[in-house]
Amino acid sequence: MANWETVVVNTDLLICGGGFSACGAATEAAYWAKKKGLKVTLVDKAALDRSGAVAMGLSAINQYVGIKDGENTPEDYIRYVRSDLMGISREDLVYNIARHVDSTVHLFEKWGLKIWKDEQGKYVHEGRWQLMINGESYKIIIAEAAKNAIAAAGGEIIERVFIVEPLMDGNKCVGAVGFSTRENKFYVFKAKAVIVGMGGAVHVFRPRSVGEGFGRSWYPPFNSGSSAYFTIKAGAEMTCQEVRFIPVRFKDAYGPVGAWFLLFKSRAVSATGGDYMAVRKAELENWKPYGLVKPIPANLRNYLGMLDTEQGLGPLYMETDEAIQNIAAHYKDDPKAFKKKMKELESEAWEDFLDMTISQAILWAAQNVKPEEKHSEIAACEPYFIGSHSGASGAWVSGPEDLPTPYKWGYTNMTTVEALFAVGDGSGASSHKFSSGSHAEGRIAGKSAIKYIVEKGKEPKVDMAEVEKLKAKILLPLDLWEKHSKETTDPEVNTNYIVPRQFLHRLQKIMDEYAGGVISGFKTSKALCERGLELMALLKEDSAKMAARDHHELMRVWENNQRVYQAEAHIRSILFREETRWPGYYFRADKPKMDDANWKCFVNCQMDPKTGQWKMMKRDIWTMPGV
Amino acid sequence: MPSYVITEKCDGCKGQDKTACMYICPNDLMVLDKEKMKAYNRDPQMCWECMCCVKICPQQAMDVRGYADFVPMGASATPLRGSEDIMWTVKFRDGSIKRFKFPTRTTPEGSADPLGGFGTHDDLNSQALATEPASLGLKEVPTKK
Repeated sequence: MANWETVVVNTDLLICGGGFSACGAATEAAYWAKKKGLKVTLVDKAALDRSGAVAMGLSAINQYVGIKDGENTPEDYIRYVRSDLMGISREDLVYNIARHVDSTVHLFEKWGLKIWKDEQGKYVHEGRWQLMINGESYKIIIAEAAKNAIAAAGGEIIERVFIVEPLMDGNKCVGAVGFSTRENKFYVFKAKAVIVGMGGAVHVFRPRSVGEGFGRSWYPPFNSGSSAYFTIKAGAEMTCQEVRFIPVRFKDAYGPVGAWFLLFKSRAVSATGGDYMAVRKAELENWKPYGLVKPIPANLRNYLGMLDTEQGLGPLYMETDEAIQNIAAHYKDDPKAFKKKMKELESEAWEDFLDMTISQAILWAAQNVKPEEKHSEIAACEPYFIGSHSGASGAWVSGPEDLPTPYKWGYTNMTTVEALFAVGDGSGASSHKFSSGSHAEGRIAGKSAIKYIVEKGKEPKVDMAEVEKLKAKILLPLDLWEKHSKETTDPEVNTNYIVPRQFLHRLQKIMDEYAGGVISGFKTSKALCERGLELMALLKEDSAKMAARDHHELMRVWENNQRVYQAEAHIRSILFREETRWPGYYFRADKPKMDDANWKCFVNCQMDPKTGQWKMMKRDIWTMPGV
Repeated sequence: MPSYVITEKCDGCKGQDKTACMYICPNDLMVLDKEKMKAYNRDPQMCWECMCCVKICPQQAMDVRGYADFVPMGASATPLRGSEDIMWTVKFRDGSIKRFKFPTRTTPEGSADPLGGFGTHDDLNSQALATEPASLGLKEVPTKK
């Protein structure tokens, strides 16, 4: 076995991850930990300043309820999420995040985030729930507060350590193991409670661009399903693993469309000029009651555009020129004001890209696009796993203690595994929390986990013989390379191992062709899912044959293993749910209709960590009384 | 090759154990070739073009060339990031140029107070988070019975 030092870190609370939910958890937990004399340790695979989904920045805050000014209530937010997810949401969790999210946004503003304000000093809304920001440094600011909080509480932040497996004591999580991506060090974290906030998953499905643009996913390519893998391997019950998200964005570079739709009131049309939302309105009847709700659920908006594409009516276009002309029409008698407004709009439109999808700015510049002169192509991206946005996949977590929810087993945001908490993309069925809500959920779990430690925390019992076995397994890819790479003149082609990139292509090919990826027009069926699972079983066997030539590739190996578990949970859940409920996310061609009588329920799954056997189950939908 | 290093400008961050780009890349792509004392992107296909490396490089030795498989050549978007704003120069394929300046933050770097100056409390059992209800701007945290 590779001769790596084992480093043991003892802590009270371990926070795995460094994105918004993990930073929220750290900021809140540090406050309570300091009072109670407890230690908080945060572990990030990258550098906290620029890690996670907001690494590049963002141009909007997508969840702000506005309770103090009477703009909306948490109940309004429940209704919005309920409809958007076609009736499938944990209303207790959605409510809990919605009642705390405003305070997160107010903290962001104090920390230095520039939120746009109007002449009256009120936040500028992009839409009902969305606020416009100057967000280039959004992540740096949020990380700064987390760092300052942890420093004040005497905690520790460890960067460039990649978390792989949970450490278990029966059904209790007692820590995690991982490795440094820079030094020959294997890390063992022993903790009284663990919070998982390691993001969602990208590159489970084959991306549309497979050359140099392979990394141009909408959600970042470094989110590899670490949260899902960790909670599945701990034996936690998972929910909504079928509810992937496919955003419709500017084509190829995946620049944001929110500002164009919401702020500039732009329309999307087919190549023949038809506004598919108007032309195909009757289709929405098939998906009622959700199809008739405003705003129309994201997946149904996708679906109507997909129907146009399928019928050869593409390309689809965002009518940017028309939108700008409509705005300009208001100023037709005042050329000076018009010029000023146009300058403002131009700056806003470009900042939208430069803050969060720089590739789109480069693509527009490379195609000489002037949005005021010419429309731009939009398209559906590939599927992603992102429970914080309009998807819903994640762990099944306990609801808040003060609400009359049936889903409550003691500590808010604790999974069905004791002492293991999940947040952000790691916790399921609480969609539309985005950046601000994920941070708020992190804060909720941060406090809850400290409460658990104070009331029930015990010294973690870690079986070091088991740790040694995990170390051997996790470092095996280095041994395979060492042992076999000289057998062939090209070390990339070898009969004793495969390199992680080829393994990733194999996974993506299975998912794309059998589980409803881009190439299949997002359609699948029972037969396709079953065949996909057969191929997946062979892939899983070969996962032990991935080789790594260095630290970086070792991380790629384990990222791939994480993606495989996310992929398997996804196929099994699509297979189990015998209906089509989110037609713009995936279409069960053999069960093309929504079946409320049998399937208005959560689909949950659980893998037995000892046997690897999956159990599929239905869970009832609970609606908040009076909402 | 999404993010790339300009040979002439890169000084390998003067031989420190890690370069600025290695430190910041969220996808662990940047590496220092210690013999040449130059950094490089080891896997451009996994680059998200987030430009974290470009923004942090002290020598302005990094830039991004749009993904070759769908971006026509000749354009660029170049940032110059300061402590409170960022300047962008967007160069079009046709040679035209647009410049933008956006604020990045309203407070001095490093100054974020985790509690935001809001009042706090000691009740670990309540639903109120550390700074609540003050940071909500409400008298109490909303609940349902």
